[in-house]
Parts: sequence; C-alpha cells; structure tokens
Amino acid sequence: MICFEHVSFGYEKGKPVLEDLNFILQDGESVGLIGANGAGKSTFMKVLLGLLPHEGTILVDEYEVNTKNLKEIRRKLGFVLQNSDNQMFMPTVYEDIAFAPLNYGMTKQEAEEAADTALEKLGITALKHRHNHKISGGEKRMAAIATVLAMNPDVLLMDEPTSALDPYNRRIIINTISSLEKTKIITSHDLDMIMDTCQRVILLSKGKIAADGPARDILSNRELLEANRMELPLRLQGI
Amino acid sequence: MDKIEQAVLELREMDELAAMRSPIHSLHPLTKLFTTIVYIFLTVSFYKYDLSGLIIMVLYPVLLFSISGVSVKTCFYKLRIVLPLVCAVGLFNPLFDRAPLLSLGGLAVSGGVVSMITLMLKGIFCLMASFLLVATTTIDAICAALRKVHVPAMIVTLLLLTYRYITVLMDEVAVMTTAYKLRAPGQKGVHYKAWGSFLGQLLLRSMDRAEELYASMLLRGFRGEFHYAEGKRADARDYVTALLVPAVLLFFRCYNVAMLFGGIAMGV
Ligand SMILES: Nc1ncnc2c1ncn2[C@@H]1O[C@H](COP(=O)(O)OP(=O)(O)OP(=O)(O)O)[C@@H](O)[C@H]1O
Ligand SMILES: [Mg+2]
Repeated sequence: MICFEHVSFGYEKGKPVLEDLNFILQDGESVGLIGANGAGKSTFMKVLLGLLPHEGTILVDEYEVNTKNLKEIRRKLGFVLQNSDNQMFMPTVYEDIAFAPLNYGMTKQEAEEAADTALEKLGITALKHRHNHKISGGEKRMAAIATVLAMNPDVLLMDEPTSALDPYNRRIIINTISSLEKTKIITSHDLDMIMDTCQRVILLSKGKIAADGPARDILSNRELLEANRMELPLRLQGI
Repeated sequence: MDKIEQAVLELREMDELAAMRSPIHSLHPLTKLFTTIVYIFLTVSFYKYDLSGLIIMVLYPVLLFSISGVSVKTCFYKLRIVLPLVCAVGLFNPLFDRAPLLSLGGLAVSGGVVSMITLMLKGIFCLMASFLLVATTTIDAICAALRKVHVPAMIVTLLLLTYRYITVLMDEVAVMTTAYKLRAPGQKGVHYKAWGSFLGQLLLRSMDRAEELYASMLLRGFRGEFHYAEGKRADARDYVTALLVPAVLLFFRCYNVAMLFGGIAMGV
C-alpha cells in the first residue's frame, strides 16, 4: 500500500512543484501517472523514493518515507529512471543487472539466475555480455528495465518506460508489465500503453491532482486531456 | 571522432581491458593491490645514482604484460599524455649536478645525467605498474579490496564516485562540444566568450547526472559496501603470489642483481 497525505514539494521556496497530493494505492493496483511536460511526474517518483525531501506524510506499507526508513523502503521499490544513461553504471549489462541482487545478499549463482530470468523475459539475452557504452539507446532502456526486474521489488515505478523503444520492444514491455502482479506506477506520454497496462489513472497538472479515476474514464475524456496538453489514445481517436 | 569522444572511449576501454581473462586478471584484487604498492614503494626507494640496480625492476611490468595479454602498445598509448610529464621531472638534473660519476668508453657521464635517467625510469616503471593494476582489475574490485583492508567506506565510495564522475564529465564535454560545433561551423574550439557559460553548464549538467547515477546505486541497495564486486576468496595461488613477488622484489632492491650476474659471468 502506498499512501500520500498532504504531500508537497518545491525545488525552490515559494514555487511548489507538487502541491497537496492525497491518494491511496492498494496492493496490486497499477496506476498511470500522466500530465504535460513539467507537470511534476518525475519529481513525484523521486519524492516517493526519498531522493527529494517533502512536506506531509508518505507511507509505503508500514514505513513512513523518511531518512530513517530509506533502506526498507528502497528494498520494496524498483525504479526505472527516465534517462537510462544514468541508470546503468557498471561496465557490462550483466554486471549492472546483478548489482542489486548481489547487494541484497544473493549468492553469485542466485544473482546470475535472477539476471538470466530478467533478460529472458525481455528477450534481450543477447545483450548479456555487451558493454553498456556500446549499446543503443533502446537497448539500454531494455537493459535498465531488466536491472529493476532482477531485484524483484514489491512496487514497480517506471518513468517513461517505452520512450526510445521500437514497436516490437514496446510491446514486450507492455506484456511484461501486464504480466507482473505487483503494485505499479507508470508515467508516460504514451497513453495507449497506459491504457494497456493500468486500471487507474492519476492526472497531474502543475503539481496538483487534476483527476484520479478509472483509466477508461479519464483516457476517453477528450476535454480533460486536451486541457492538459494531451490527446486521446490513438485507438480511441477512431482513425 | 572528436578528441574528447576519443578520450571517453579510451577511459571506458579500461573497463574492457579489466574484463579480459588471464592468470593475472583472476588473481585476488588484494594480492594485486599489495604487490603493486610494494613494487612502487621499492622502485621509488632506489638511490638516485643506482641506475644499474634499478634496471632489473623492469622485469615486473614485462612479466605482467606478457602473462596478462595487455599490450605494451596500449599502455604507452594511453599514458601518452602523462609520460612526458613524468619524464620532464628530472630534466634539469644534468644542469645542477655536473660532477662526473662514471665513464663509458672514455666518455665521462655526470651524476646529473645518471640521476635524470634513474628518475625517468622510476616514473615510467611506476606508471606502468599502476596501469597494469587498473587494466587487470575493475574499479569495483579495487574498491572491494580496499574495504577488505578496512579503508573507511566513505573514502572508498568517494574514490569510486570520482572515477565514475570523470567519465560522466567527459561524456558531457563531448556532447556539449558536439552540440556547440554543429551550431558554430568553421569555428575552432569553443569561442572564449562562451567559455564561462560553457563551463557553468558543464558543471551543472555533469553534477546532475552524477547525482542521478549515485541515486541509482542507492536505489539498488548500495550502502558503501562492495560485496557485489568481491570475487572468489583468496586461495593458495593468491597467498603465494602475495608473498613471493614482494620477496623477489625486495631481493632485487637489496642486491644489485645485474652486477651479481655480471660478476658471475665474468668469473669474479
Ligand atoms: N533539479 C531541478 N531544479 C529546479 N527545478 C526543477 C528541477 N527538476 C525539475 N524542475 C522543475 O520541476 C517541474 C517538474 O519537473 P518534472 O521533471 O517532475 O516534470 P515531468 O512531469 O517529469 O516532465 P516530463 O514529462 O518532461 O518528463 C518542472 O517545471 C521543472 O522545470
Ligand atoms: Mg519526467
């Protein structure tokens, strides 16, 4: 369960980027977090992860997000960054994927198994021993997602997972996300993807929750979307 | 390719060298760290005129190069910027120290020349040894080794982050100069008027990226420990190497092996 109570945050004083957010996310729910560029989606993720400070209360299960509980909270949350270049820091894809499992106390062998499973699930076994600085942007994105899957978190946080991916890989990611029975928060401008993977949508507008409800209701509401610089998902445009 | 992009690539290629397989690569990082430190310490400690004694120390890098499969060419190529600097250190010795020290075929060689050559060789040897350590051991493994000998987590983490930060910084320089060049055709380098904003941007961008990289490590369970980089446990081979190599080096340091052999050969 994730719970936000009156959560606010601003990079600079007097300029809130997130303002009085309130909502509860039950276990197993998947939520699409949508909003225009600069609406505060990535900031939202970082606040939840304790990477940025905040006012108000955030609960992840029984733990409150604060400096004391960071270790427990981060064990539960797996985060795919918007920029994969910043996610991958080891020399090879394999070492990067094994990083979290090894840190969380798995043996070499178990970590390798976890890595192999993640690579297989995403269909990128061929990337295993490639060097991170010699793979394409999309390949790097797939590998970055694998690093998070391999740590088997309770909650999956993904910041624009399908940007930079070709349609084939995009489909793999959608299927993978759908097949995982975890709590998920996914931000994206790809509303078709949100429609395929999320039952619930939260729409952020200038740091406030402008709408929160079933995905099919919000994603088919043309006026609401257009007022927030978005368009109906392609499949609802009737083209 | 751009000079800077080239440099980034070279730095990253060190990781690739370190990922090769050889009897040296598979040695325990602590063993390598220890022998490297002993080697550097002993090499530096040679007396400034003791050129003939120092020569034998070349055996260590030569052996390592041949066993590890790292090419000498790569080493000198990557060190091409630092090597001249190190060599320049002794350049003035011949000017100050003109007393003749020995004669070679009737030609008097001054102490300054000998000490200059000694100093240069010391520099080159030490650089080669450090290069070999880095080329056969990943930075994470070196950090893990440092933690093993109880260097504080804070310092080791700083070392690791500095290493990563350099790559990020150079990456950003490459990206930014490319972006600049594409919009300033025909200009050589960055115009001096843009230096200020260029530098400011560079720092901000690279710091942002480095911060996110570090966050990404934290989010995946990094807490200043390097268990993930710890290879196998040290075995007999590692212990033997850690004892034998420094012992041999110490012997080289204490006895002038070149003279010894020369003496035997001449039947003295
Ligand atoms: N480090 C920072 N310092 C100051 N302001 C920032 C910083 N990072 C982001 N902002 C500002 O905070 C606001 C929200 O940014 P955020 O990155 O959360 O947007 P986003 O919804 O993820 O946008 P996008 O869809 O483009 O990824 C933006 O107005 C941005 O300018
Ligand atoms: Mg964002």
